[in-house]
Amino acid sequence: MGEFKVHRVRFFDYMPSGIRALAFNQDTERMAVARMDGSVEVFHCSDRFFQEKIIPGREQCGIEGLSWVGERLFSAGLNGGITEYDLTNQKVKYTIDAYGGPIWTITGNQQGTHLAVGCEDGTVKLFEVNEDQIQFERNLDRQKSRIISLSWHPSGSKIAAGMMDMIQVFNVETGHSIHRMLADRGAGTSRSKECVVWSVVYLSDGTIITGDSVGMVKLWDDQTGTLIKSHNVTKCDVLALSVSQNEDSLVAGTSEGIVVQFQFVSMVLEKDDKEWVRTRTFRNHTHDIRAVAEITTAVVSGGMDAQLVVRPLLDKIEVRSAASALRKIHFPHRRLVSCARKSGLMLFQYPGHLELWRLGESEGKGTPGSSLFVKRNPEKLLQLKVKGEDHIRCSAVSPCGGWIVYSTASTLRLYRLHCDNNNISITKISKLPKVLSSANQLCFSSDSSHLFSASAQSSVHIASLSQSGCKFVGTLKPKSGSHQAIHLLAASEDGKWLASANSDHEVHIYNLQTQKAHCTVPVYSSAVTAMGIHPATNCLFMMHADQQMFEYSIEQKQYTDWSRTVQRKGLHRFWVERDTPCLNVMFNPQNPSHVILHDMYMLCIIDQSLPLPDDKTQFYNQLTLKSLTEEQRKSQSHAFKVCKTFKDILCVELMPDQSLVVVERPLEDIATQLPAPIKQKKFAT
Amino acid sequence: MVETSDIRVVRCGGSKVNLTPPIISSDSRYPFVLCTSGDLVKVYSTRTEEWLHSLQGHTNQVTGITLNPANHLQVYSCSVDGTVKLWDFIDGILIKTFVIGCPLFAIYVLSVIVLSECFQLVSVHLPKSAEQEVEAKEMSAVSSHISKNPSCTAFGRGGEYIAFARHLQLNVYFFRKQKTYSFSLKATDKKGAKNAFTCIACHPTDDCIATGHEDGKIRLWRNFIHKKEYTYSTQHWHHNAVNTLCFTPEGTHLLSGGIESVLVQWQYGAGNRKEFLPRLGGSILHISASSDGQLFCTSHSDNKITVIESSFKVCGVIQGLVKDAVLTDLMIDPRSKALVLNGKPGHLQFYSLLRDKHLYNLDIVQQEYIYEAGLDQFEVVKAAFDIKGSWLATVEERGKKSSDLEFFLKLWAFDERTQSFVLNTTITAAHTDRIISMCFSSSEETTMLVTAAEDSQFKAWCQGADADTQQDQNFWSCDFVGSYHKLNPTNCSFSADSSLLAVSFQEVITIWSPDTWEMLTTLCQPPGVIRDLCFGRLSCSKYLLGTTTKNLLCCWNLLTCELEWSTSVDVSKLQPDPFSENVAAFSYQSKHTDLFVFKPSEPRPLFTNKNVCSEKVHRAVFVPREEPLNSCDESTQWLNRSQLYFLTQNMDLLTFSTATEEDRMLSSSKQLVIDDSVAVTPFYLLLGKHRQQQQKLNTQSHPVSDKPQQTQGSVTIKELLHTPAHVLPAASVLCSMFVNSFLISNTGVQQDPLRYFVHIRLKSNGFSYSVMHLLSISLKFLNSFI
Repeated sequence: MGEFKVHRVRFFDYMPSGIRALAFNQDTERMAVARMDGSVEVFHCSDRFFQEKIIPGREQCGIEGLSWVGERLFSAGLNGGITEYDLTNQKVKYTIDAYGGPIWTITGNQQGTHLAVGCEDGTVKLFEVNEDQIQFERNLDRQKSRIISLSWHPSGSKIAAGMMDMIQVFNVETGHSIHRMLADRGAGTSRSKECVVWSVVYLSDGTIITGDSVGMVKLWDDQTGTLIKSHNVTKCDVLALSVSQNEDSLVAGTSEGIVVQFQFVSMVLEKDDKEWVRTRTFRNHTHDIRAVAEITTAVVSGGMDAQLVVRPLLDKIEVRSAASALRKIHFPHRRLVSCARKSGLMLFQYPGHLELWRLGESEGKGTPGSSLFVKRNPEKLLQLKVKGEDHIRCSAVSPCGGWIVYSTASTLRLYRLHCDNNNISITKISKLPKVLSSANQLCFSSDSSHLFSASAQSSVHIASLSQSGCKFVGTLKPKSGSHQAIHLLAASEDGKWLASANSDHEVHIYNLQTQKAHCTVPVYSSAVTAMGIHPATNCLFMMHADQQMFEYSIEQKQYTDWSRTVQRKGLHRFWVERDTPCLNVMFNPQNPSHVILHDMYMLCIIDQSLPLPDDKTQFYNQLTLKSLTEEQRKSQSHAFKVCKTFKDILCVELMPDQSLVVVERPLEDIATQLPAPIKQKKFAT
Repeated sequence: MVETSDIRVVRCGGSKVNLTPPIISSDSRYPFVLCTSGDLVKVYSTRTEEWLHSLQGHTNQVTGITLNPANHLQVYSCSVDGTVKLWDFIDGILIKTFVIGCPLFAIYVLSVIVLSECFQLVSVHLPKSAEQEVEAKEMSAVSSHISKNPSCTAFGRGGEYIAFARHLQLNVYFFRKQKTYSFSLKATDKKGAKNAFTCIACHPTDDCIATGHEDGKIRLWRNFIHKKEYTYSTQHWHHNAVNTLCFTPEGTHLLSGGIESVLVQWQYGAGNRKEFLPRLGGSILHISASSDGQLFCTSHSDNKITVIESSFKVCGVIQGLVKDAVLTDLMIDPRSKALVLNGKPGHLQFYSLLRDKHLYNLDIVQQEYIYEAGLDQFEVVKAAFDIKGSWLATVEERGKKSSDLEFFLKLWAFDERTQSFVLNTTITAAHTDRIISMCFSSSEETTMLVTAAEDSQFKAWCQGADADTQQDQNFWSCDFVGSYHKLNPTNCSFSADSSLLAVSFQEVITIWSPDTWEMLTTLCQPPGVIRDLCFGRLSCSKYLLGTTTKNLLCCWNLLTCELEWSTSVDVSKLQPDPFSENVAAFSYQSKHTDLFVFKPSEPRPLFTNKNVCSEKVHRAVFVPREEPLNSCDESTQWLNRSQLYFLTQNMDLLTFSTATEEDRMLSSSKQLVIDDSVAVTPFYLLLGKHRQQQQKLNTQSHPVSDKPQQTQGSVTIKELLHTPAHVLPAASVLCSMFVNSFLISNTGVQQDPLRYFVHIRLKSNGFSYSVMHLLSISLKFLNSFI
């Protein structure tokens, strides 16, 4: 595997933002996630929950609700506006004001014709969904208190609304209230406190299920407007409810961090007399669960602790596989760190600012596993605040360390960095070419002479960089295919090739000398999570979300033999069952057969000269190999060398001096910075 | 060496009442509680907690009882002897016997009967036949994968299915479909849960199975006809294994219990809402509910059944002999003649062997006991009574495993007023190390306690010897400290007249004079450390017996200070009879225990019983008889004055009974059952006793001359009691007649007449006023008579 000097970087104080809302689209199998900072992410549920799209948020933009209407995604927030997203280009399409004060909830009907929003002023506003816009239709009967939660009857003729202390059922046709059901304030001290109906679900059989701040899940009959049954789930609030597609299962998320499942089961077997019974309890969160969603095979929950938990329901899964394991998504599936390899600088991307750090230096040599004496501490050179309200979408530092570029939804900024010993100065390049107004992904060429900026329509703009400034060179456009936004760019070491991957899984390769599309890699069913071009052979190495790997020879426009062998023999079970995607592909110039990969939990070197493991061989065999003699080792070793020394890895980068930079963000550190959870009495403490 | 058949070992009172779940008879204003106890089924009244009668007939351990679903006045019982018996439990009549032929370990009755034999679940069809004894041949195996624990099997709604669990697998067998569904749990998960099943209960009307688990979780399973879409919910309150679960008959509540000895009532279908009934005593082993749901019964590890009302109030406790962890010797309280041994944790229990009834617990430790496994808590390890029963010495200790041993020596005085023992002195550091042996001097005048401890000292304790204490109360203080060559003492014993004290130090026995504290002599018979030590009684007072670890039983003559005789036998317990010269020795050899009864003066044993039981016997006691037998047979003669009880390692209390004794017992019980013209009242019992004595007189071939002739008396009493009070003549008129009826015509009176009267008075709490009055008059009358 080789020995590396490792910079163990723990000064990237990345803080993921809490999850506020979830919306699941059954048809496309996409899960939309809204976070506290206003960003919206789209996960592909059947592709190992890969984070396909990220729409960065803005300052002061609290999203309260998300809703799919067909394939269109809408959100509404406390700023009173309804926003539609352009998912192709991963940006906000438009925002219109509902004129009802802060909006607490948004929901679309199953027919896809209307959106309903619940406002602070006590109105439920109906919006008609048109071809390219939404249009206000009318208000339902105005209530005295704010509308916290809404749910359409599947037929679209009735709406149940959760408010303070009560639930109202509206007839959509007339706009009048049909029933008014009062929620109990609960016993004891909370009697004086209002009961907030945080969440409501309207079932097709006319049952209305509510979750409230008293900790009850209540079932109501909409015919009579009476309470059928109530379940005391928790002492604190039930914040979110979600029902499965066939309405036989319901999950409730509480502020204790517990997800409780209710199932609609027959009390006497083989009879139709069914009841909602509390069954399972999932404890995967430490903080309030703000949103839950029951998808076909799993329960997805998210909350203040900023992790998205996918808890599979084993009774709904046909075959147990890696895809059916419990999955916790902590970090974005994008790189937040870029590294100036030649000058030892690291650029960390925070939502509202950038930080530039110089790596430390060490002295002497140590035995493997020991820590070296630090000669020079790492230092923070620069903190760059974003102008405007938009959050950073992408950023990059050039390999030479001379340029920094970042882009928000509206602007792109390029800076020239002067670094003389301890003197840091930065100058903004003022006159940028007009096409470089915004980018989905940014990348420098390896000699830092060019900047590649991925923009709309899957195109890539090239700008040449010089002392004087930045000049537009040309635009690379794919010959055909989709116009989805590009999320990955990879430039070759010799400056000849550029590869781009977009969210439709397409990978285009361009010849930079002719500025023409060279070829397109055959489209694979899973998204590309990382890619890199080999400096010596100019082969494109791609990692996919389902943990498959491909090596494509750019010059020969075909998969390499090694890649074909991998596909023929298949990958080891343990490799395929890992649950986080690989986020970076690196090559070791000293050893051309080595490919270095990493995901959140491990660092792996693939030695392409060694045989591939099959399912019978021991996959994690480093310890065994250590105990063997040199000759036995040869027969036992295989291509995958996995290192699990580091945990919670955000980024790994190989420096030219054969040292590795490992950026870790321990989850415990994140947990300490979260607000204190609800205090719970634990037995024997 | 005569091995007679007319002495046999019987499992006597105080057997386990908590082996199986008790059942509560239904449909009665005064329900009965039925429970198994050894080879009997005992019937108790829930109101008075009295033992009413027992169903006798099985020849081995009864392992299960259940009400007959077709007739709620009948009960099925099964036993290891391979039979199922159907009883009328109110009258105690055996109706039918079904011979199955293999040992049965549990019984579950619904439309069919399912028994587990050799830990196999078998459904047996009980043939309908008029005969008394039927052989049931039709059997069909359900499963062989069942747990040894009978509570891991339960019938579902209306007997349509049966659920049984073993280790980590739950199986549900549907009788109609003849199909088994099984569900497995993982052994452990990341949080270290222990998922093994410990008990099962099925909801009476819904298809819901409740299972208890080793880590204290309760799971409610539903939808279990689907291989995959089955579902369960988990509730967790118990911190240790759930021992038992029980649904109430309507299915509105689920009851659970475990080691915490807290009865938990979960509201069915309402998640976490629950009620508690804490501090019930030992850990809960079984729970059962009456069919109307008005009463619950819990049986506890300390051999107790608690009757609980549905309002969660304890309304009765049926306490058996606690034999959980007996550390003290078996003792007899000289006053009450009750058997004394460890009871509840930290208590001594007083148990009447005659009435087979728990009398009371004496709290020795006086600290709250925490019901949790693995805690090191104070436990009474030694106790001793003085000869009159006015002093009790106890030793409690904790920290057996760890190095920091803590122990207290406590002395208790009998308080005549409260009729119980009162703490007199607590000695915190009696010795520097553990007390090994303790005995009171046996003289009547001065009481002295000798303790021998591992700190190679023995100490004598006297009352009020300390000059500093000027108060009236006399506390105990140390009188003398003795040691011998820094050897650790192993045992100490006083001679019958308390003139000599023998203390054994490893292999050496030292004889001391307690008056002068002068060492008189040493006796030594290597090899082997002295294990047991006792002086001979009565005519054999000059002998000292000792047993060694090297399988030697030695007898020294104290007059000559020489070894009289010795024999090679591995004696595990040497027990002298305080009322005769006899000494009983239990010897353990090759997996069975033999008993020898001998006199120290004679080399020949009086009585030998090979293979008394298969375990080692460490505890035995001679209990004086109320009235001595007068058997002339040499082999049974040693049982004339007292009865020998012993406790095996399995905590079975066994005794020896003679043939004549048993005959008498049997005839008396028959008498009680057959005569049903009179209602069972205290009067009736009183009369029955007279009649039974009468009967005995008639039947015995050689009537005992000194027995009082009481035909006239009982007739008079009958007349007196059957006549309504308002037509009776004045009490003064009746008095002479009444007293006359008790006067014994025979001249050879041995029995104290006063005692007899008092006995009557005490027994008859139900007398109407006039009779009470009458009796008090008659007593006065009698007093003047004497």
